[in-house]
Amino acid sequence: MKTIDLTSSTVRDLNQALHEQALECTEREWAVTNPKGQHNLAVGLDQKLAVDIHGHAGYFCAGMNKKAHIVVHGNAGQGLAENMMSGTVRVKGDASQAAGATAQGGLLVIEGNAGARCGISMKGVDIVVKGSVGHMSCFMGQSGSLVVCGDAGEALGDSLYEVHIYVKGEVKSLGADCIEKDMRAEHIEELSGLLNRAGVDEDPAAFRRYGSARQLYTFKVDNASAY
Amino acid sequence: MCGIVGLYLKNPALESQLGELFAPMLIAMTDRGPDSAGFAIYGDEVDAGWTKLTLRHPDADFDWEALATAVKTLLNVNISWFQNANVAVFKVAADETRLRTWLEAQAPEVLILSVGQSIEILKEVGLPEQIVDTFNLAGMKGSHIIGHTRMATESAVTMEGSHPFSTGMDLCLVHNGSLSNHNRLRDVLKREGIAFQTENDSEVAAGYLAWRLRNGDSLKQALENALKDLDGFFTFTIGTRDGFAVMRDPIACKPAVLAETDDYVAMASEYQALTTLPGIENARVWEPEPATFYIWERGSH
Repeated sequence: MKTIDLTSSTVRDLNQALHEQALECTEREWAVTNPKGQHNLAVGLDQKLAVDIHGHAGYFCAGMNKKAHIVVHGNAGQGLAENMMSGTVRVKGDASQAAGATAQGGLLVIEGNAGARCGISMKGVDIVVKGSVGHMSCFMGQSGSLVVCGDAGEALGDSLYEVHIYVKGEVKSLGADCIEKDMRAEHIEELSGLLNRAGVDEDPAAFRRYGSARQLYTFKVDNASAY
Repeated sequence: MCGIVGLYLKNPALESQLGELFAPMLIAMTDRGPDSAGFAIYGDEVDAGWTKLTLRHPDADFDWEALATAVKTLLNVNISWFQNANVAVFKVAADETRLRTWLEAQAPEVLILSVGQSIEILKEVGLPEQIVDTFNLAGMKGSHIIGHTRMATESAVTMEGSHPFSTGMDLCLVHNGSLSNHNRLRDVLKREGIAFQTENDSEVAAGYLAWRLRNGDSLKQALENALKDLDGFFTFTIGTRDGFAVMRDPIACKPAVLAETDDYVAMASEYQALTTLPGIENARVWEPEPATFYIWERGSH
C-alpha cells in the first residue's frame, strides 16, 4: 500500500500519482492522510484502485471516477463523485450538496446524510444514502436509482425522467411530475440488490417507490400548436 | 464568492487566544475572497454608561490624540483610547447619540466602523494575511469573533464596502451571497431612520436586523422575519454582544459548515478553515440546514 500525506504532498501530486496508474498499474492500494478538507481529491481516476481518504474531503472529491473504489473516512463537501462513470465511492460521514450530480454509472454510498440536490441530473449512477437527503434531490434525474433510508427534503424528484427512487422515511414533498408508484416484485428485487451492493441492512418492503408521472417531459400532440 | 468565518468560545479559558485561533481561519478563506477582509471582535467590554467606538480616518497620520483631547474637553467626559494601525478605539463615558452627533459636526471625515459596549470592527482592502498583520489579530483577546474575506459582486472593492457591516449597537453581519431586493428594502429602511454608508447589499441586511431589533424583536424573531423579507442568496453570520448566529436562505447554494466541541462553536464557508482549531478531529461537524438559523448566546446582561 502506498500512503500520500497531504501535509507534505499537494493535491496535484496525489492526483498525478493516481492518474499514472491508468497507464501502468504498479500499486492497487492507496491511502491519503491529512486531507483537511482540500478540494478535488482523487479526481479523474481511471484504474481499479482502492483509495482510502482518512479525514474530511472538500469539494468535488472522487469526481469523474472510473473503475476505482474510493472511501472517504469522514465528511465530503459539495459535488462528491460528480459525473462518476463507474467504480464505487463510499463516504462514512455526511456529504454536502449535489452529491452524485450528473453521474453516469457506478455506485455511490453515503453512510451519513446527504445535503440538498443529491443526485441532481443523475444519468445512470446508483446512489444509496443511509441517512436523509436534502431538498431538490434527484432534480431532473434521468436514469439510475436513488435509495434513501432516512427522509427526503422538499421537492423530491422534481422534473424527473426515469430514475427509480426508493425512500424508507418521510418525503417532505414531491416535486413537479414526481409521484408515488406501486412497489411490485421486480422493484423489491431491484432494491434488495442495491441494498446488498451498498452493504446496508434494511428491509426492502419498508420502502416506498417514487418515479416520474411522465406528464412533463414527453411530447403531447395536444401541445403541438405551442411549438 | 466570499468566505465567512466565526468563532464563539464556550470555554472562557481560551479567551486570551481568540485572535491566535482565528487568524488562520481568516487566512484559510483567501481563495474565496482576496479583495478585502475584516473582522468584528467582541470583548474588553466598557461599563454601563460608556460607549466603545471603532473610528477610521482616511489619513493614516491622523492625529487621534488631538481628537481624543477634544472629545474630553469639549464634551467634558472621561475617555480612554488606543490606536491600531489606521483605526482608533475610543471608550467614552457618553451615549451613542451624543457621540455620533458631536463627531458628525466636529470631525465629519471620521468614519464610525462600530458602536457598542463590546464590539470592535477592523477591515481593510487587501489580502486576508495583510489584514491579519496590519491589525495584529493574533494578539487579540475576546469572547467571540466573526470575519469575512470578500470577492466583490454587488458593489465596489473599497474599505467601506468590505465586511463586517454594523448598523446597530454591538450588532454586525457578514454575508456570502447576493440579495436581489436590497434597493427597495434600503428605501424602506431609510424611511424608518436606518442610515446607510454604502450601496452594498449586505449592509442592507445588517440594517434590516438593526431595525427589527430596535423595534423590539429578539434576535430569533429578527432572523425569522429576515427569512421572509430578504430575497436572494445568503449565508449570514451575525455577531451580537452576547453571541453569534448563523443563517442560510431556503435555496442554500452558499456553503456553510459548523463545528462544535466543549470549548467552542466555529463556523466557516469551508471545512478547510476549521482544520487548525484544537480538537477539530473529534468535533461534531455538520452542514447547517436551509432556511434555518442557529444561535449561540451566553447569559444575557
